[in-house]
Amino acid sequence: MNTAVDGLGVENVHVWRGDRHVLKGVSLTLRPRQLLHIRGPNGTGKTTLLRVVCGLLRPELGLVWWLGNSIASVRGEYQAALAYASHEPALKADLTALENLRFAVGLKRRVTADELRASLGRTGVAACADLPARVLSAGQRRRVAMARVLAMSASLWLLDEPFTNLDAAGTELVSGLLHEHVLRGGLALVVAHHDLKLDCDVRRLELNE
Amino acid sequence: MWTWFYKLASPPYVYGAAAALTPWFLGLAAIAIGCGLVAGLVFAPPDYQQGDAFRIIYVHAPSAWMSLFSYTSMAIAGGIALIWRIKMGHAVAAASAPIGASFTLLALFTGSLWGRPMWGTYWAWDPRLTSELILLFLYVGVMSLRSAFEDPARGDRAAALLGLVGLVNVPIIHYSVLWWNSLHQGATVAKLGKPSMPGSMLWPLLSMLLGFMLFYGGVLCVRLRGEVLNRERQAKWVREAIKS
Amino acid sequence: MNVGAFEAFTLVVRRELCLSFRRPDQLLQPLVFFLIVTTLFPLGLSLQLSLLRDMAPGVLWVAALLSSLLSLDSLFKSDADDGTLEQLALCGQGLTVIVAAKTIAHWLVTGAALVLVSPVVGTALGIPGSAFATMMLSLGVGTLTLSWLGAIGAGLTVGLRRGNVLLSLIVLPLAMPLLIFGAGATDRAVSGVSPAGALYFLAALCVFTCTLAPFAATMALRITLE
Repeated sequence: MNTAVDGLGVENVHVWRGDRHVLKGVSLTLRPRQLLHIRGPNGTGKTTLLRVVCGLLRPELGLVWWLGNSIASVRGEYQAALAYASHEPALKADLTALENLRFAVGLKRRVTADELRASLGRTGVAACADLPARVLSAGQRRRVAMARVLAMSASLWLLDEPFTNLDAAGTELVSGLLHEHVLRGGLALVVAHHDLKLDCDVRRLELNE
Repeated sequence: MWTWFYKLASPPYVYGAAAALTPWFLGLAAIAIGCGLVAGLVFAPPDYQQGDAFRIIYVHAPSAWMSLFSYTSMAIAGGIALIWRIKMGHAVAAASAPIGASFTLLALFTGSLWGRPMWGTYWAWDPRLTSELILLFLYVGVMSLRSAFEDPARGDRAAALLGLVGLVNVPIIHYSVLWWNSLHQGATVAKLGKPSMPGSMLWPLLSMLLGFMLFYGGVLCVRLRGEVLNRERQAKWVREAIKS
Repeated sequence: MNVGAFEAFTLVVRRELCLSFRRPDQLLQPLVFFLIVTTLFPLGLSLQLSLLRDMAPGVLWVAALLSSLLSLDSLFKSDADDGTLEQLALCGQGLTVIVAAKTIAHWLVTGAALVLVSPVVGTALGIPGSAFATMMLSLGVGTLTLSWLGAIGAGLTVGLRRGNVLLSLIVLPLAMPLLIFGAGATDRAVSGVSPAGALYFLAALCVFTCTLAPFAATMALRITLE
């Protein structure tokens, strides 16, 4: 029973971590031009839910649907359509920001260096393009990670705490990018501690103990 | 037919079935081993080449066979659990591993004892014993891997995969060790082999083998019950079962 | 727009090589270890060249095995630690392509390097020049197979505390046939007998492993990523 043939559907997902019942029958649907904001206290399974949606974690019970198909059956297409930003910025310390992007985005679609530099520019770290990630500050790394999400040209954004380590300007920047993405017909699932004030269709999901 | 298969996946059923089967397995094992030992140690004639020393084959050969059999069942149970996500498979694999490892140790120990009168030394890198030793390493690897994970579910899956990889490698290891031994064999080292066996020697061996297999089944059932209780400790039926 | 599997494969290999060469000290460590372990044997056993020569193929192979194992731990570890492994797992190319690329890159940097250094070590141990071709061939094929076996082990143990010890525990028994055939081939070459039989077995092992190991290693990584 999948009610979201044009987007993402999560149906009655249960996950156990050892003895802990982390996700207890979570369900949600997400359509284009919608943003789902997942909140909840620490340890309630927000990251776990995101990883289940990504397909990294197979739930004990329940299914995840994308465009009417279970993600297990359309893995390649699903992964091509999503961009995941984890809690850590996930950058190789020895590679420059540009190289990091090239080796990550280049696996999904053919990109030129100029396109990547443009993405870095949009997140305000164009100057860091040729610096190794090791020397970047936490905020800069977060912006590079966001540039990677931008460069992937994905329709589904799965972001885990994208505002961590960002100053006010950075937070506004990311909010703006989310807003733009959603208005252009994208979908976004965002795990974030604080409020998202966006002028679009924002749904909320509270995870509790 | 599939209902029977799905019943096997149900923990309370497995728990109950194991309890029912245990006395049968162990009882029949005692009979088979008893007969085998008496026939083999007392009634079978001494070997013309090895004298009475060959009698250790009645413990050595069944243990060696069982060590391989246990590894295979452990790997297959783990494989079923991994592919079809049947958790009871992991329980069987986890219960089986230490039993198989013990059989391997027993085979090594008895093989070493057998070697003493044959080679004059307790260890001479005989190909069969070397393969058993490597099998022991494989067992230790699987058991260590399972216990190294904090999340027992992941530990089970990792151990199951390793078990399968090991299973594929067991024949490879066996034949490569045989090849290695044929390359370097000294003239004086005799292989631990079965002497050519008349019926009076063979029957006790088969009886011992059957007995060991039944013994394995019985001990597996006992350990399996413990595993099931531990894994399902959050479930209601476990609390009922413990109370009663 | 879409990136083919082969293109993705070469991109990941380039990534791995790029990362390896940015840390040249880490590149050299397995090679130095190889030399050190080889040195241990004459020190511990005997100076007599004739005795050494008898044991040389085995010593060389054991040293190569242990050196390769040392660097296997890092196959997935660094990516798992900084979160890039998940990015790779989600790139849409299928984890098997990624695993294959990383393993081949690892072999290029470790195994192939060992093969190139082996004549030096072989000479030190008294292996005659006539046996070098067999020695290098056996090492090349053997270390490739070992890289694959190690990929399975590394996939299973990445993220575990003291995972490197467990990795060795898991991989070494599986690598024993490699040692038998590889050292056996080299030994036959040293004695002047044809090593063809052993080399064929070694090659068969390599092909067998290269066919099945990618899937096992992918499965191992998926288990770990959960």
